[in-house]
Amino acid sequence: MSAPTASPAGSPAGERAATGADRSGTVPAHSGGLGRRISVGLVTPGGAVFVLVALLLVAIMLTNPNFTDPGALIRFVGRTAPIAIAAMGQFYVIVSGEFDLSMAAVIATQVVIAGNVIGLEDSRILPGLLLMFVVGTAIGLVNGLASTLLRVPSFIVTLGMMLALTGLVRYVTGGAATGNPTETFRDIGRGGIEGVPVLEILPWSVVVLAVVAAASAWLMRRPFGRTLVAAGDNPDALSHAGASLWWVKTRAFVLSSLSATVAGILLVGYAGVHPSVGAGYEFTAITAVVLGGVVLGGGRGWVLSAAAGAFALELLFLLLTALGVEATWRDTVQGLIIIAAVALAARTWSGVRRPRASSPVVTATPPATPENPTKSTTEGDR
Amino acid sequence: MRITHRAVKGALATAATVVLLAGCSTDSVEEPVESSGDGSSEEAGGSEEQSEFFSAEDLQTQDEQRSATFEGDESEPWLQYIDGEMTDTSEFASEGAKKVCFANASISNPWRQTGFITMNQQLEVLQDSGVISEMEVRDAQDTDETQIADIDYFINEGNCDAFVISPNSTAAMTPAVERACETGKPVIVFDRGVETDCATTFIHPIGGYAWGLDTAEFLSENLEEGDRVIALRILPGVDVLETRWAAAEQVFEENGIEAEDFFTEADPTRIKQIVTDAINSGEVNGIWMDAGDGAVAAIEAFEDAGVDYPVMTGEDEMSFLRKWEETGLTGLAPVYSNFQWRTPLLAVEKIFAGEEVPKEWVLPQTPITEDERQEFLEANEGMPDGHYAKFGGEDLPGYPDAWMDR
Repeated sequence: MSAPTASPAGSPAGERAATGADRSGTVPAHSGGLGRRISVGLVTPGGAVFVLVALLLVAIMLTNPNFTDPGALIRFVGRTAPIAIAAMGQFYVIVSGEFDLSMAAVIATQVVIAGNVIGLEDSRILPGLLLMFVVGTAIGLVNGLASTLLRVPSFIVTLGMMLALTGLVRYVTGGAATGNPTETFRDIGRGGIEGVPVLEILPWSVVVLAVVAAASAWLMRRPFGRTLVAAGDNPDALSHAGASLWWVKTRAFVLSSLSATVAGILLVGYAGVHPSVGAGYEFTAITAVVLGGVVLGGGRGWVLSAAAGAFALELLFLLLTALGVEATWRDTVQGLIIIAAVALAARTWSGVRRPRASSPVVTATPPATPENPTKSTTEGDR
Repeated sequence: MRITHRAVKGALATAATVVLLAGCSTDSVEEPVESSGDGSSEEAGGSEEQSEFFSAEDLQTQDEQRSATFEGDESEPWLQYIDGEMTDTSEFASEGAKKVCFANASISNPWRQTGFITMNQQLEVLQDSGVISEMEVRDAQDTDETQIADIDYFINEGNCDAFVISPNSTAAMTPAVERACETGKPVIVFDRGVETDCATTFIHPIGGYAWGLDTAEFLSENLEEGDRVIALRILPGVDVLETRWAAAEQVFEENGIEAEDFFTEADPTRIKQIVTDAINSGEVNGIWMDAGDGAVAAIEAFEDAGVDYPVMTGEDEMSFLRKWEETGLTGLAPVYSNFQWRTPLLAVEKIFAGEEVPKEWVLPQTPITEDERQEFLEANEGMPDGHYAKFGGEDLPGYPDAWMDR
């Protein structure tokens, strides 16, 4: 599709979302030299999360010297890969202004498919994987089409999808573990490249994470990515600009459930088949995305910050465990983080945004302005 | 117009997330409170959680029962019991096939699934012999409210001749069980208990304290003082699980074993992470589990970290027995006798025949040791991983296919 990289005149908000635009007022995060851009970037929530990851890592290494071992570190990265991948999937949906609550249920579904379809036959690995991706795509399409074309809020659509899939998984498994699939298949989430210098082992899950991260970063720089952000920031402007909103958002949902599928494949390998595998992933992913500074309601955020958010969250839980805080506090911590992060993000983003009143674009805006007061709209929602 | 739309949408989305998050967290916090809410939970609070479930008297009783003599034929352990008070059932003696109504807590774990199959195969036998006409089952899906409604439905519209209840939780189910008793029909409670003795018979294996003593004593014998044990517990607040840990914790303390306990919700991902983190923070010498579901994930954590296997107690679930044999680790498989699922229907047969039944029907509960492992592995060859070795259905129709194809 031919998505507009920068929205046409008459849509200041869309313009701002399309980060490539530089012909308007100054955006502090996009001016100055590289050094200055990085330092400005780090004070945005999307950049600060990387600082947070570094701080938490140091804190853990201080409390537990064993964690300085590169082998232990890379295994930690490996086991956090599924949640980081899920967070990137959730990012697409959130940045376009929607939610995907069906993620954990998709993971559980894929885990059960892996257990039942692939089973102990190595020859069924490829058809099984194919089936899982087809199922993942189908779920994403249903989520996307129902929330865009049928105009059911995505919150409800994906909640319904979550319940439907959970029921299905319960029906198939009765709620209990079934047999694990063949070790060859599980190797994707459990094994790795042996004998790597320094690290001892390079888990496949780290490789998968790296590929997904690179592909996501690339995708977000493509027209699709920019349209997606614009869709979350100002859907009206986007539809005025002639982009098909429904298709952009539907693809975000497909990407989300495909990410959940990949996370599921890794988790089957890591842990085995159990209907509770992936439980709570939708909220962990949303928390990670928010912690990564992505604004709920859409329109702002960086995909790799979402992955970093997942790492920050897992490191935080690890630190709490190391400090002897009971795991039962996990949910509470997650709840507080999500509230605090949303509150903080709302404040700090304004610092790096284009100054409020100085807007040559607005003055240059044709008649669209009166009926399309996007400026106050975006201010109003915070 | 648009302003409000956007603002409302953003706020709604945020609010809803937070609400759902809160809902999610209260779920796992509330459940134990419900099931443990025995009236004293208010003052018990969070810090003294232990005392709520710990009864030195019960521990003592179960400790003695471990070496008690069981009445009845050893080859039919599901009919064995410890000598004690009996219920006279002569008033129920009557001819004809009876309708049994079964209020089941859930079949959401492999232990309950295995048991439910055994129960259904036992039902077949009793239907063929004309004792039972039909068994109507309602599954409460782990929810107290649902099970209360199920029991009331049976009382009012079930047209039942006898009630079989496997309670979801102890305190919450007590009034409903009492209402069933008030109908004057036989009431059979099994597995988890309730706080009333109105039932005709309460069937259960020795119990959680015995499990905790067996397992913790085994670990203590095979470990040194000061060794570190990771205790993997499914969730807090369920009495049959809390008592296992309460007894084990006491034994560990007595023997100077450093035990750290974690809640896993039987999620293998979480089990593996917990064990991996523990290994990363220092040597782990033993693993204790309050149920064997997920034992394999715990063992895999040691394999993936490339460290020595721990001394470990799992359960008589096939996945653990197989992994135990494969790895050759020092282990014990405690048993929460799955064959108890046969007993309620056999009790129905006895009750309508007017034969007396034990008021509290305590079934044997003997762990599987390394020496016995091979025997149970061979006897259950081809059974799925979620099958329980001491399921006790070898003589029932449909064996072994009914348990194999689930």
